Amino acid sequence: MKLDLITQNFPTTKWDEATQSLIVPHTDLLNVVDFIKNNPGFEMDYVSNVSGVDWLPKKEKVKAADGTETEVDKPGFLEVVYHFYSMKNRTGPITLRCRTENRENPIVPSITPLYRGAEFQEREIYDLYGVRFSGHPDLRRILMWDEFQDFPMRKDYQEPDDYEWEPTPHDEVLEKAKHHYSSDAAKS
Amino acid sequence: MIQPITETIEIGGSEQPLYGPRSYQVLSGNDLGSQLLEISMGPHHPSTHGVFRMDVVLDGEEVVKLKPVFGYLHRNHEKIAENASYLASMPYTDRLDYFCSMTNNWAYAHAVEKLAGIKVPERAEYMRVILAELTRLVNHTALVGFLVNDLGALGTPLIYAFRERENILDVFEALSGARMMCNYMRFGGVRVDFTPDILKRITHIVDRYPSFLAEFEKLLVGNDIIMSRCQGVGVLTKELAIASSVTGPMLRASGVDYDIRKVDKYGIYDRFDFRVPLGDHGDVYDRLMIRFLEMHESLKILRQALKQFPQGGEHINPEVKLRNFRPKAGEAYGRIESPKGELGFYLISTGGNLPYRYRVRPPSLINLTILEDMCLGEKVADVIIILGSVDIVLGEVDR
Amino acid sequence: MPVDEGLRSELQKAGVFIASVETIYNWSRRSSVWPLQFGLACCAIEMIATACSRFDLARFGAEVFRPSPRQADLMIVAGTVTKKMAPQVVRLFNQMPEPKYVIAMGACAISGGPFKQGYNVLKGIDRFIPVDVHIPGCPPRPEALLNALMFLQRQIDNQHLTGVNKVRWYDDTDPAEYPIPRFGAHDLEPPFNRAVWHPQKIQRGAA
Repeated sequence: MKLDLITQNFPTTKWDEATQSLIVPHTDLLNVVDFIKNNPGFEMDYVSNVSGVDWLPKKEKVKAADGTETEVDKPGFLEVVYHFYSMKNRTGPITLRCRTENRENPIVPSITPLYRGAEFQEREIYDLYGVRFSGHPDLRRILMWDEFQDFPMRKDYQEPDDYEWEPTPHDEVLEKAKHHYSSDAAKS
Repeated sequence: MIQPITETIEIGGSEQPLYGPRSYQVLSGNDLGSQLLEISMGPHHPSTHGVFRMDVVLDGEEVVKLKPVFGYLHRNHEKIAENASYLASMPYTDRLDYFCSMTNNWAYAHAVEKLAGIKVPERAEYMRVILAELTRLVNHTALVGFLVNDLGALGTPLIYAFRERENILDVFEALSGARMMCNYMRFGGVRVDFTPDILKRITHIVDRYPSFLAEFEKLLVGNDIIMSRCQGVGVLTKELAIASSVTGPMLRASGVDYDIRKVDKYGIYDRFDFRVPLGDHGDVYDRLMIRFLEMHESLKILRQALKQFPQGGEHINPEVKLRNFRPKAGEAYGRIESPKGELGFYLISTGGNLPYRYRVRPPSLINLTILEDMCLGEKVADVIIILGSVDIVLGEVDR
Repeated sequence: MPVDEGLRSELQKAGVFIASVETIYNWSRRSSVWPLQFGLACCAIEMIATACSRFDLARFGAEVFRPSPRQADLMIVAGTVTKKMAPQVVRLFNQMPEPKYVIAMGACAISGGPFKQGYNVLKGIDRFIPVDVHIPGCPPRPEALLNALMFLQRQIDNQHLTGVNKVRWYDDTDPAEYPIPRFGAHDLEPPFNRAVWHPQKIQRGAA
């Protein structure tokens, strides 16, 4: 497909060869989506899948010019991945990735005003990952209850300590069980 | 639980979305002095097909607002799968849409095969097609039974539907050891080979099914009550259906020719001659009829597949190492036409034995996006059949 | 008080039938167990299949599925109970009139089953309400549900209306209603009912 057309029109976007997708900055997302929806070459009228991904901060080794290796902190971010298809032309998919600046205050513009089909999927990402979609008409928790405060699909989510007895606990489970039963014994 | 509302309500937040009659002005009190009534329908309600809830606001008997509430069966499938090896997620996919475990298996296997570049032997492809179409028969038959059950025909059509379902489940059980949770497909093929006996039993079912369908159609399709309750109810237009990502029989009932079996031609679907039935009106009756017509097409595919079924060959690609399965880093989005719609799996691998991201694109959840638009202005009793015609399974809606 | 068998058969010949109130009570309870039409997940489909043509639950007098908890005697917890659903399950149980029985159908209802690690999955419904019969399986076959029903009927046969082992609804110390958990910021509050569920203590090594 003429994906070059997107990168030409929007120089801020970047083609990622490894994942076969287009990385779009969140400032340009709505323009790009509007472009692929209405441009006669694409006519992507159907957003199939919207999913969130959590990338934790990590340390990466960078080789300097003199050969010494230094560790650099790479900040973590959240990512929203869109898969677009065209029902009219039966083409697709075009994959867009939109990254947030950080994991603390993640904001991505909502594409729900353009595609109704993204409404519940964006709500789900808000619920499970905590990405806030600006311009979403009804951004509430969808799967968990309203009083819930965590974002459980994030990689660093700590689940509540309600682990129960297991015949052969090991590793993490054993640590958890020990902690659980010691606190339980203290209460009773 | 029931409380009157007197002030004007605003629907859908401050910004008006593009499609659908979302804004609805209701004056507090009309000539009769009536008030709006808010009803919480579900999560324990016999017609919601599980634990689904709708917050419905009624003006008299007409629906003026409807908000679906999910999550009562949110079983954290995605989180569990991200902490389990690729193969260990296969039994969990059975429990997504628990009517159609075979197609769920296939969708997941399809995504992993795309991710790791695995080839599937021809014999396995035929087996997959046969099982997927049998699953479609199971799902659509049960759906028709449940939909008519929602209309008030308590029991009788459902008993017919489940009688036929049991026959197909017998084959699944003989094949995989489980009636519902088959866990049958593997990356690069299927778990065990068909025996001649299985083929004979499937042929027997395929031969007998048209007579059951004829009986079932005679009982239901021309029924006056069904026609007057279903026709013109819950209309979904073509444009709105596309914009809200509706897929599967619901989309085709609205007249959009989009069947992933035809579009992507995954597996070996390009070898079969079948048609895609389309509806004209996009109402509940069209959705009911589309299910009947699709069952006829499925039988057509089954007959061809049984005829072309290869004599020899592998049932699984022998090069695939299922133990310690580590696909190379990358990502894949695999989708198939499940009986409910487009079922997709989105996988990101970082090269380890666990998927970094595992996402299910659930057709049932996304088909519910326009539930409110279909129900606005309809009677409260029609909400139940509109929901029934969407064909949801809560295991897949909430995952 | 047990009646002499010889006397009983002599009286039956004369058309006089003698039974204790307890026997009549248990016989009528066991013969018309009305389940609550209440499906949670996959197991509910097997429950429907049990009620449908091939397995025919009606043979055991339990085919009358009531949608309202106020008309039901038996709650079949058929499927995964999530934390979001748990308060509603307890509320439904509280709304059922006594005598009432609970069957936990399937691995999820017993312990969380395959979804036990999930953050939103309750690890067994017996954390909040008392369960009479557990059926293992994922999902249990319809025959297993029939077997569980027969097992429950045998339990009902052995109920006592008086004495030390009297049924819990004639016991003044037993609560008629069970506390409904609230939604908390991270978990249900409380995560389990201490009066109903006692976590097993582990003794391991030197500790």
